[in-house]
Amino acid sequence: MRGRYLPVAAFAGLIVAIQMATHFTGSGYHLTQLTMSAYYSLLAIGLCLLVGYAGQISIGHAGFFAIGGYITALLTTHDLSSHQGLALGWLAKVGVLSSRTGLYGGHLLTLHPWTACLVAIVATVGVAYAIGGPVLKLKGHYLAMATLGFGTIVYRIVLGSALVGGADGLSEVPPFVLLPGLEVSSQASLRVQNYYLAWGLVIGGMMLLLNLIHSRTGRALSAIHGAEDAADAMGIPTARYKLNTFVLSAAYAGLAGVLLTHFNGGIGPSEASIMKSVRYVAIVAIGGMANLWGALLMSLLLNYLSLRGYFGTYDDAVFGGILILIMLFAPEGLLRRQLFGELRNLFSRNVAEEAP
Amino acid sequence: MNLLSVRGVSKRFGGLKAVEDVSFDVSQGAIKGLIGPNGAGKTTLFNLITGFLRPDRGSIVFNGADVQGLAPHQIAARGMVRTFQQIRLFPKMTALENIMVGCHLHSRGGFLAGLLNLPFTWKEERRIRERAWETLEFLGCSGLADEEATRLAYGQQRVVELGRAIACKPRILLLDEPAAGLNIRETAEVGTLIGRIRDRGVTVLLVEHDMSLIMDISDEIVVLNYGQKIAEDAPLAIQRDGEVIRVYLGEGDA
Amino acid sequence: MGLNSDLFFQYVVAGITYGTIYAVVAIGFNIIYNATGIINFAQGEFVMLGGMTAVTLSRFLPLPVAILGAVAVTTVIGAVIEILFIRWLRGPSVLRMIIITIGVSILVREVALHVWGESIRALPYFTGTSVTSIKMGNVYISPQVLWVVGISAVAVVALSAFFNYTMLGRQMRACAANRDAARLCGISAKNMVTLSFMLSAGIGALGGCIVSPITYVQYDSGTPLAIKGFTVAILGGLGNSAAAVGAGMILGILESFSIWVLPAAYKEVISISLLLLILFIRPSGIFGSAEASRLKEF
Repeated sequence: MRGRYLPVAAFAGLIVAIQMATHFTGSGYHLTQLTMSAYYSLLAIGLCLLVGYAGQISIGHAGFFAIGGYITALLTTHDLSSHQGLALGWLAKVGVLSSRTGLYGGHLLTLHPWTACLVAIVATVGVAYAIGGPVLKLKGHYLAMATLGFGTIVYRIVLGSALVGGADGLSEVPPFVLLPGLEVSSQASLRVQNYYLAWGLVIGGMMLLLNLIHSRTGRALSAIHGAEDAADAMGIPTARYKLNTFVLSAAYAGLAGVLLTHFNGGIGPSEASIMKSVRYVAIVAIGGMANLWGALLMSLLLNYLSLRGYFGTYDDAVFGGILILIMLFAPEGLLRRQLFGELRNLFSRNVAEEAP
Repeated sequence: MNLLSVRGVSKRFGGLKAVEDVSFDVSQGAIKGLIGPNGAGKTTLFNLITGFLRPDRGSIVFNGADVQGLAPHQIAARGMVRTFQQIRLFPKMTALENIMVGCHLHSRGGFLAGLLNLPFTWKEERRIRERAWETLEFLGCSGLADEEATRLAYGQQRVVELGRAIACKPRILLLDEPAAGLNIRETAEVGTLIGRIRDRGVTVLLVEHDMSLIMDISDEIVVLNYGQKIAEDAPLAIQRDGEVIRVYLGEGDA
Repeated sequence: MGLNSDLFFQYVVAGITYGTIYAVVAIGFNIIYNATGIINFAQGEFVMLGGMTAVTLSRFLPLPVAILGAVAVTTVIGAVIEILFIRWLRGPSVLRMIIITIGVSILVREVALHVWGESIRALPYFTGTSVTSIKMGNVYISPQVLWVVGISAVAVVALSAFFNYTMLGRQMRACAANRDAARLCGISAKNMVTLSFMLSAGIGALGGCIVSPITYVQYDSGTPLAIKGFTVAILGGLGNSAAAVGAGMILGILESFSIWVLPAAYKEVISISLLLLILFIRPSGIFGSAEASRLKEF
């Protein structure tokens, strides 16, 4: 079992190494995109669990990201000062409100980011539970279309609602103060903290998922993916397990949405677009479908490149192209387990030949 | 004591009466055979009994309780486990891991325990692994443990699937053509295996086309034709039953 | 807000117009689905390509020729897509096919973006202008609506005749019903698949041309159409093109009247909610059989 966490330590080392590298080359500004990459990776590994291990395709996961992000944005920017009444007084007493000065000097009374985050996650999980039941009864094309439909509904709602800023989205989202001196924001002076905070969270999330896939439940998920009827016949409650996996991956996506929104200070409808959902699936696909590490590494790399603008205006085309290429030529992904196995065999054979 | 009682079970698909008013019992500790020409409704009956299909009419009583309308995994949890006509081993998992899935029913680590890697799961996983090993040894194929299940030879896959089913510690095992595609030697081995399974206290209901196998090991045989039961008797009597002969061999020339 | 008979009629006409296009897209889905079992997520892009190509061609060709040209070009693109991405796959899984066609849809959209930019285009009205109207009874409708419904009807009848009365059409149906048996009779399954993509692309392009004066086309107008076309296809029962026509009308009119209750921005939410509703309750559609669709392997 120790072996399971070895890659985690190695990855943590990689994260530190990257930060050190940017420190010594004076290119600390890279950390901003890398931090954003981290939050997208949180979504990616959750999606990998759903698509790769449980075998349920979802091309609408950006919808959950958006639900999380938009709710926290709305609750932390919607001014409650004009409201009156018992409810407000009670909220203030319970301590979930926060007041600050707005951009133009006015007084703002909103929900505290902690509260907003909690509400956002609960809402995301709630929606996932609500639609997951019926959606996961579907298979193949029908499931794909249903998730596509869900994602499109979320997109249309946020795009068309003046309450959440319509096409402009929401901005001036306050930083998420976790502890005195530690807050989630893109302030330059807190770049390093935010970087480690984000990747620390991802590593934690990764460890939970690694535990899951090596557990009895993880085995059951693979069974469901492999032969759902047979899994049912073995006493595995497939519908319930699929739903729980769906909800778990939605929670990861929602949390990513919340934190990235506070980091960026805002969110727009493009975060809910189908293109984003497709992008996330592309990352999981190229990482090897049922390969958490593959998804994580590919997410780190591709999101970083995309955010730094390396793909230019061909951003969407790149991900679409990747998706096609992978599906055509390497449906098991580039970093598939067999590849490692083949490499290992290659090395062990060489070693054996060298023995006296 | 009747472990399984099927009473008046019927199912139609549009105009097709797949199963019509079928009733029979399976007594505890017996090996009951189910035969009939292709399309007689045997697999449909299995699907109805094990919850994969809902009967239009009739009742299915297992171990004293009504089970028609329950979901397949609930029925499996009560001790009624089935195999499939076409092998449904889990790809990308070894033979051992496939059998470990069979142990799912008798362990409890769920999502939370899995995510947090709670200590009680460590012992449980060890126990599951040991039980899977024991099952492989019972089957006589411990050497296949680490082979990817779907890469095994066809006969070996059938045996592993059988092992996966018995790892569920069933009270009754429903086998859907366990010898399909096997040669004479392998079929005989499956027959011996089923006998040993029964000796461990498991009741067996099996569908088979291989007459020698089913006549050999069954205590009693039910014959279906066009969804209806046409005979239920000891193997020797079935072989001499005029109706059964007619159904399988057709009308003789006058 | 009251609904007087004029407004009511406008809504109905709008519903029929859009419904016809949705039905055309659905028929495109059905053709490929019947031949291959694949849902082609890129179906909407054929409609978009038809419209955009026609607009470009109409700059230097007379309108009817431009439309024919656009249909021809898109048909060829359909064949190219099939040959490049589908033809040589060996027994792909459903998941793989879904993702591939989604990827194709994205690529086509991106190419369209780089060729035509983000601008919104439209063909000129076939007869008259955007304000011309014909008096039918005591209501006024735009002649373009008659073109849309008329040309679509002709296309559907022609397709139907093709499938029922020509050798090639019957071969395609044979392939759809039973691939191996068809092969044994000497029908080339591979070519049937390519042909199905071509037909699908062609009819989609035609739809895109005839409706573009009313709805305009843009590089990304394909995906929403695909979703609605799929909704219609499912509503009528996947593979059932006759039912798709009726289902298209239902969705078109439903969507049209939804403006009465919801702001226009949420129009798409209506159609998707309908899609989800159908998928959850009766994925076989209103004309399909529930048992039969469950038995379909997926």
